Amino acid sequence: MIEVNDIHKSFGDTHVLKGISTVFETGKTNLIIGQSGSGKTVFLKCLLGLFYPEEGDIVYDGKSYASLPTNEKRNLRQEMGMVFQGSALFDSMTVEGNVMFPLEMFTKQAESEMKDRVEAVLKRVNLIDAHSKFPSEISGGMQKRVAIARAIVMNPKYLFCDEPNSGLDPKTAILIDDLIKEITEEYDITTVINTHDMNSVMQIGEKILFLKDGIKEWEGSKNEIFKTDNQAVTDFVYSSDLFKKVRQMYIEERN
Amino acid sequence: MNYLASVGSYAIMVKEIFKKPTKWRIMKSLILKEIDELIYGSLGIIIFISFFIGAVVAIQTALNLTNPLIPRNLIGFATRQSVILEFAPTFVSVIMAGKVGSYITSSIGTMRVTEQIDALEVMGVNSLNYLVFPKIIAMLFYPFAIAISMYVGIFGGWFAGVFGGFLTSANFVEGLQMDFVPFHIAYAFIKTLIFAFVIATIPSYHGFYMKGGALEVGKASTTAFVWTSVVIIILNYLLTQLMLG
Repeated sequence: MIEVNDIHKSFGDTHVLKGISTVFETGKTNLIIGQSGSGKTVFLKCLLGLFYPEEGDIVYDGKSYASLPTNEKRNLRQEMGMVFQGSALFDSMTVEGNVMFPLEMFTKQAESEMKDRVEAVLKRVNLIDAHSKFPSEISGGMQKRVAIARAIVMNPKYLFCDEPNSGLDPKTAILIDDLIKEITEEYDITTVINTHDMNSVMQIGEKILFLKDGIKEWEGSKNEIFKTDNQAVTDFVYSSDLFKKVRQMYIEERN
Repeated sequence: MNYLASVGSYAIMVKEIFKKPTKWRIMKSLILKEIDELIYGSLGIIIFISFFIGAVVAIQTALNLTNPLIPRNLIGFATRQSVILEFAPTFVSVIMAGKVGSYITSSIGTMRVTEQIDALEVMGVNSLNYLVFPKIIAMLFYPFAIAISMYVGIFGGWFAGVFGGFLTSANFVEGLQMDFVPFHIAYAFIKTLIFAFVIATIPSYHGFYMKGGALEVGKASTTAFVWTSVVIIILNYLLTQLMLG
C-alpha cells in the first residue's frame, strides 16, 4: 500500500503538485488520469523517488520515504518495478539480457537460476522465442511485454507504468492492460498506472485518481466514474463521442 | 554564473561516479567493452594521424634548415621533441576528444532521451557509476595508445626524412638520441593520464545531464567536444608551466 500525504513539488516558480493526498491499495490497479500538464508524470516520478517533494510524504507499507537513509531508499527502489512509456529497454542487450539485468545487479543467483527465472517471466508475459532478439528487432507491443517482464522479474511490491499503451494498436493495448491487471492480482502488488487511455480506465481502473492543474480533482472507481457529476472529470473522460454514448447508455440502463 | 554552476555539478558528478560501485562481475565486462570501444577502436586513426604528422614535422623542419652550419640531425631531434612533448599527448587528445568524446556523449545522451538512465535509477543502480566509471578505467589504458602514437610519429619522421632525401638514417637516429631528457617522457604520460580523465568525464557530463530529444543529443556532442578541447588546451598550458617551466 502506498499512502501519499499532501505532497507539493515545484520547478522554479512553477508549482506543479499542489498538495496531493491519496492511498493506493495493494492488489489493485490504480490509475492516474488527467490532461497533459496536469502533473501526472511529476506525481509518478515522485512515487518512484526520482523527484523529491518539497513538502509532504510518501509512505510505502509503513516506510516513510523521506525519512529513510540513502541505502534503504535504494533497497526500497529494488522493490519497485517500472514500465516506461517508451519501454526504456537497454538497446545494447538482448531481450534475455534486459530481463536478467536486475537479477545480475542485485542477486547472487547462479546463471542457471537466473535463466530459469527469466524464462518463467517471459513465459508469463507470453513472450516465447524472443530471448536472443534485440529491442530494435521486436514490435512495440513485444517491447512493452519485455519491459513488464523486466519490471516483475525481481518480484516487486510496487509496479509503476507510465502510459503503457501509448503507441500500441487497440487490440495490443487491451492485451497489455489485461496482463498488468492479471500480474497485479497474481503477485499481489500495488500497481499505479499513468494513462491517457480511456479504454484502460474502463477496463482495469479499480481506483482512478483524476489530477487537474496539480491538484486531486476527483477519485473513485471505474463504476463511480459513470455516475460522477464532477464537470472536469466528465469533460475529460467523455470528451469523445463514443464515450459520451457509452455514458448515455449507462445512465439510461440505470433509469 | 552558468559556467560556475556547470563546474559545480561536474564536480558533484565526479564524486557520485565513485559511490555505490556496481558488482565487479558486471563491471569487469563493462570495462573490457569500453577498452575495446574507446582504446582499441581508436588505434587505427591514432596510428594513421601520428605517422603523417610525424612525417610533416620532419619535412617542415628540414625545409626550414637553410643554414649549412646547422647539423641535419636536428631534424631527428625536432621530430622527437615535437612528437613526444606535444603532438602525441596533446594533439592526439584533441582528436580523441572528437572521436571518443562524441561517442561517449551521444551514447549516454541517447540513454537519457530514451529513459534508459531513468530505468537504471528506478532499479536502484548508481547510473553514473555504471555508465562512467568503466570509461574512466578504460581510459587508464590511453597512455598505451599515446606510446604507440609516439613510436609511429617518430617512425613517420624517419620515413619522410630518409626517403625524402633530407638526411641519412644514421643522422636521424643521432638526432633522436641527442640531449634526451627522460623526464619528458614522464611529463608526456602524466599529461596523457590527466587528459584521459578529462576525455572520459566531460563528454559523460554533457551526455548525462542533457535535456531534450535527438537533436539535442547532436548539440550536446558538439558542446562536449568544444569544452573537452578547451579544457585540454588550458590544462596543457598549466601542466607545461608547472612541470617544465
